Amino acid sequence: MDLYRQKILDHYRAPRNFGKLKGATHKAQRGNPLCGDEVEIALKITRGVVRQVKFTGTGCAISMAATSLLTEAVSGQRLSQVRRLTEAQALRLLGTPIGPARHKCALLGYEALQKALGK
Amino acid sequence: MSIRNIKKSYPIFSRRIHGHPLTYLDSAATAQKPTAVLAAMDAFYRRHNANPRRGLYQLGVEATEMVEQVRSDVAAFIGADDASEVVFTSGTTGAINLVAYTWALAHLRPGDEVIVSELEHHSNLVPWQQLAARRRWKLSFIPITANGNLDLQWLRRHLTRRVKLVSVTHTSNVLGVRPPLPTIIRLAHRVGARVLVDAAQAVAHEPINVSRLGCDWISFSGHKMYGPTGIGVLWGRRALLEDAPPYQYGGEMVAEVRWGKTTFADPPARFEAGTQNAAGIVGLGAAIAMLRAIGWPAIRRHERALVRYAMKKLTMLSGVTVYGPHTAVDHGAVISFNIDGVHAHDVASVFDTLGIAVRAGHHCAMPLHTKLGVLATVRASIGIYNTKEDIDQLVRGIKKVQKIFEV
Repeated sequence: MDLYRQKILDHYRAPRNFGKLKGATHKAQRGNPLCGDEVEIALKITRGVVRQVKFTGTGCAISMAATSLLTEAVSGQRLSQVRRLTEAQALRLLGTPIGPARHKCALLGYEALQKALGK
Repeated sequence: MSIRNIKKSYPIFSRRIHGHPLTYLDSAATAQKPTAVLAAMDAFYRRHNANPRRGLYQLGVEATEMVEQVRSDVAAFIGADDASEVVFTSGTTGAINLVAYTWALAHLRPGDEVIVSELEHHSNLVPWQQLAARRRWKLSFIPITANGNLDLQWLRRHLTRRVKLVSVTHTSNVLGVRPPLPTIIRLAHRVGARVLVDAAQAVAHEPINVSRLGCDWISFSGHKMYGPTGIGVLWGRRALLEDAPPYQYGGEMVAEVRWGKTTFADPPARFEAGTQNAAGIVGLGAAIAMLRAIGWPAIRRHERALVRYAMKKLTMLSGVTVYGPHTAVDHGAVISFNIDGVHAHDVASVFDTLGIAVRAGHHCAMPLHTKLGVLATVRASIGIYNTKEDIDQLVRGIKKVQKIFEV
């Protein structure tokens, strides 16, 4: 297992799109009571396109890096495409297989995104 | 039986994990099982299987004798005079819930008080919290001091005649702290309160003697003392068991059943509705026999030396915070820590790549972690099969984490 690749550590140390988003149209928070991790995702969606996405939160390297990568992936995308994003695709963004023990961490941001989009 | 090379009698240690030998440091969650326990359960199913206390044929007699023999073994193991004070349960959780839903529901009135400590595992907290809300009992917590010990001054102030029950851990599953039970029991009894001791984290590591301790109930699990999962024990004073109604109803717990009315059997049968986990009971018996064969002096010497060694190594490392007391004296077989700047889950994942198994999270003690001011900790816990090499591997794991995360 090579979970802590440079890419994950890089996104953990310097998460992209981290911070508060002014004028968000969609927003949701997810937490994992098992480890206290928390992620809030905020999006600005106009005319069916994700114009901007930002997140805040605290957590382990996996949950933070996964959310950071997720925000990069959905930024500028059509809402219809973002809605079609599957769990498996979200996990693949990490670029390394994630064991079942860490699925919850890796999908925390994805779940927040789903909630924000009203799924 | 010698404690040296004991790993060989635990088949799981022949496994390799991600190319490494297994460094198992999670015995506080569940202990590994020796061949003797596995063989005893296998032999029960192969040669003696029948429904205990029902079959009037040879196998039924054997199964009944085996189960009742373990009941006597358990009584001797915990220093109880009377085997009929030993109730088999599904585990510690089952045992605590049994006291909550039988004796406590029958005897506590609205406004009565239950006291537990801030150290408690959820299984000795949530049952009381839920019943307290339903029955309007008051639930209070003995606070911990800065080093993790219980604040006995608080207890002295709060023990009034309203307090009917004090339920407290023998050994904390997070901090390894061992509260001064004789004092707590004496103070509680002085105001007429009963005392339940959760011995889940103690029973595999030191002798327990309920007669000397003077508590009213004690609960523990088989699987944390090298026995199988799904079997546990509630020991209770005979008078208290007799003074409590059953809470699960079914077969073999009755004296006489009419269409409209049932009279119940005496304890322990009253609390053992349905077919018992006979193979689990037999496995528990084998675990007790194994512990007796090694002997408490050897077990304690070995484990204390390991805790002392681990504590020294961990407190010497920079960037590692150890929670709870830093001395092996009066310390159970668990050490909780964090690597500064790294989440406990990430630590556990890196450890796993080296074959090291630890617990990471809140260890079923969320309020305690809130009090400690951390979301999660890493917990290394020790069993009889652990060695100094395991601790050295743990230190290598910590250094690998620090290297990867550059902290």
